[in-house]
Amino acid sequence: MSVKLVNISKVFKDSKNARGEVVAVSDFNLEIEEGEMVTLLGPSGCGKTTTLRIVSGFETPTTGEVWISGENVTEVPPNKRDTSMVFQSYAIFPHLSVGHNIGFGLELKGWKPERIREEVLKIMEIMNLTEMYDRRPDQLSGGQQQRVALARAIINKPSVLLFDEPLSNLDAKLREQMRIEIRRIQQAFKITSIYVTHDQAEAMTVSDRIVVMNDGKVMQVGTPFEIYMKPANWFVADFIGRVNFIGGKAVGVSKKAITVDYGHTRKDITSWSGEISEGDEVLTVIRPESLKLSSTTGKDSWLFTGRVSKTVYLGPTAEYEIEVEGLERPIEAVVYNPAEVGFFERGESVSVDFNPKTAHLLKKES
Amino acid sequence: MEKAESDTIREIKQITKDPLLLIVILVIMAALIIFILYPLIRVILVSVLPEGKFTLSVLKETVSSWYLRQAFLNSVMMGSLTAFFGALVGFIFAFTITRTNIPLKKFFHLIAIIPIVSPPFIGALSIIMLFGNNGFITWTLLGLKNVKIYGFRGLLFAQVITFFPVAYITLRGVLESISPTLEDAALDLGGSGWKVFSRVTLPLAIPGIASAMLVLFVETLADFGNPLILAGSQFPILSVQAYLQITGMYDLPKGAALAFILLVPSITVFFLQKYWVSRKQYITITGKPTQSNPKIVSPVVKWILFVICLFIALLILLIYITILWGAFAKVWGSDNSLTLAHFRYVFGVGFKAVKDTLIIAGLSTPVAGILGMVIAFLIVRKKFPGKQFMEISSLLSFAVPGTVIGIGYILAFNSRPFLLTGTLLILLLNFIFRYIPVGIQSGTAILRQVDPSIEEAAVDLGADSNKTFRKITLPLMVPAFFSGLIYSFVRAMTAISAAIFLVSTSWNLMTVQIMSEVESGRLGAAASFSVILVLIILVAILLIRKLLSLRYGKLGGTVLKI
Repeated sequence: MSVKLVNISKVFKDSKNARGEVVAVSDFNLEIEEGEMVTLLGPSGCGKTTTLRIVSGFETPTTGEVWISGENVTEVPPNKRDTSMVFQSYAIFPHLSVGHNIGFGLELKGWKPERIREEVLKIMEIMNLTEMYDRRPDQLSGGQQQRVALARAIINKPSVLLFDEPLSNLDAKLREQMRIEIRRIQQAFKITSIYVTHDQAEAMTVSDRIVVMNDGKVMQVGTPFEIYMKPANWFVADFIGRVNFIGGKAVGVSKKAITVDYGHTRKDITSWSGEISEGDEVLTVIRPESLKLSSTTGKDSWLFTGRVSKTVYLGPTAEYEIEVEGLERPIEAVVYNPAEVGFFERGESVSVDFNPKTAHLLKKES
Repeated sequence: MEKAESDTIREIKQITKDPLLLIVILVIMAALIIFILYPLIRVILVSVLPEGKFTLSVLKETVSSWYLRQAFLNSVMMGSLTAFFGALVGFIFAFTITRTNIPLKKFFHLIAIIPIVSPPFIGALSIIMLFGNNGFITWTLLGLKNVKIYGFRGLLFAQVITFFPVAYITLRGVLESISPTLEDAALDLGGSGWKVFSRVTLPLAIPGIASAMLVLFVETLADFGNPLILAGSQFPILSVQAYLQITGMYDLPKGAALAFILLVPSITVFFLQKYWVSRKQYITITGKPTQSNPKIVSPVVKWILFVICLFIALLILLIYITILWGAFAKVWGSDNSLTLAHFRYVFGVGFKAVKDTLIIAGLSTPVAGILGMVIAFLIVRKKFPGKQFMEISSLLSFAVPGTVIGIGYILAFNSRPFLLTGTLLILLLNFIFRYIPVGIQSGTAILRQVDPSIEEAAVDLGADSNKTFRKITLPLMVPAFFSGLIYSFVRAMTAISAAIFLVSTSWNLMTVQIMSEVESGRLGAAASFSVILVLIILVAILLIRKLLSLRYGKLGGTVLKI
């Protein structure tokens, strides 16, 4: 086990608050395997950065323990922990050259200058930073600064690499390149990593597992597929991507499937979270791209029918909102390759259906 | 959840993990207590416990004296009036320079800076040379005898000229930070130039103006040089009376009592300014400054402002030319032909004072500068119990008038275990602890701009607090360090109010020497000492800037934009 967080809680003082304190992280447990990359994902203020700073040692947990490589490091100061952090603002030392920035950690370890230079040049090669050794940080582009920050962290061969929203200062296109780059380097060096972000696409790209957090609590831990297709609760389903919640009633429960009655039709759904028993009200989680739309004429197997209230054509996809009688929120549907499937006009009446394999059930909370 | 540890305990635990940090904090705390707080406590103690027993008799006696009561009222009045007129002149300068496109802007700026880098009593000296008994204007030009320049009018004039630059610098910063787009927006909505000024610009500048006025009040109240020369016996001023009680009447308790009375309004107003008014300032510029041409001033108003600025600038110029001429004139007022006799005197008999001043300023400023950076770092970046205490006590020497500190030092350090009277050390310590706030202020300003994660990155890579400070923080603070250094050097070179109590036959200062030359009527010698003093300061500033620009290139150029 590379990193273990046991019952971590962090309470900050806050004079503005009526109770005088704010719970940033509460009862956080997580185990990370050697070489694994785990992302903490959640809305701002959910405690993900605080958790990361507890692992790095910049914050001391109010209660709980931090274990790194089998050692309890809860009381160990950050400079004595074998972790390296890539900061959101890069935190490149503005008065040192690129080479000295990258070699700073080795210099502190007392390495000889020639050896440091050799090692730095080696890592600069891998990071596509060749010829930048003597540059000053303010002469670098955002993407290059990002690479320098990463190189500076990796060169120390830390047992854990920490990323604090490292791509949030880059433009969209560079962000997409860099997240693939980060994943490539992490896998090449097989460094155990914790990555903090609020961007779910970023989390999906870089991680082996994702921890979804809200209000300081863990909502779900799982692979990107599990988080997206089998959300453990309403928050995760709603936070990750776009989603439709369709109400129904569980009428038959077996080990393999739950039969849900939608009024007009019944379906056997094989994926669910929590305990669901016969007679429970359930919500069916269906992603917009899993819905199948067709013209109402000449079709008799459908979930329900509705009227198209909004259409957005994006090129690769066409997006629709469909108003259905008896539903509060309009249904969102995405159709890929619309040129082949065909378009629907505003006001047109359509029937909506889905494949039970793409659906997931949650118990409806009263 | 278990009960959380209290924050104080956690902070203490955190520091004990870093022994070096702990030692530094303890040493600084001890130094601040001994060299800033202890002298002040002695001043208070001596005024209420003259013979070891608590009594208000000395204070009562002091307050019941009509003359000394008058001194208090005069000081407060002088402080208030200087605050008002100084801020007014400063605002006119700042507004004209930031909001109009008049010619000679650089010249006006330079002129307004000169009084800051010269001894604060130059104004008084020059006024005597111009309007005194042998004054150039009153006697040589107009042939008048017995002109009353000593007292209220002369002093107010000297104080406004001496202190308006402080208001100018503050208010210029304030006006520059009011985004011109706000004025553009108001004009765009149909406001006239005057409306925009009175409804937008002025209200936004009000907290800055209030802050500048309070600073001027404190500085005028504390000022010693100008009133010593100009106030005269008809118009007693508190700081001078405290000095005279001690050096003239040898009445230490009464001097301490006066110092105590002087301390109260100074400290009150200082903390009012620091913790209340300065927090009310508006920040309207965020991110990149927007380009805009000032349009709210009509051409007529613009030229009126120009003429006012020109008049004041010429006045200041006149003051300095008078000093320069006085330094070369045979006998000021009666024989204005040129001679080098005064300079021969300065470089002969008077050279010891020059040498001593250079040694004292040269030794104390770097120490004060480094100490200031360390304290700034601790205050901005570290958490430890007593941090607030450290911040307030280290800034206290800004608030406390020099006279009070000087009296405190003779009271505190004339007996064992701190027997320092008459030594070089007492002057050095006094200067160091008086001028650390300069470094602290520029240090905290720059540290608040440095992203804390830069230092965290160093810690994360394995640096302890000592290495982080030396390798990362200190190099980033270099510009602040040197601009702090320049200012504290200037202040050390021109200091008088505290130092006048601490000089001795073995260690003398140029400023004190100038005062005694004025008292014995040798205006020529006083003037040539002043010229040399200003020259040393200018050379030092140019030297530091040159060294910095050689060593740090562009970075060095940003130091001290005056």
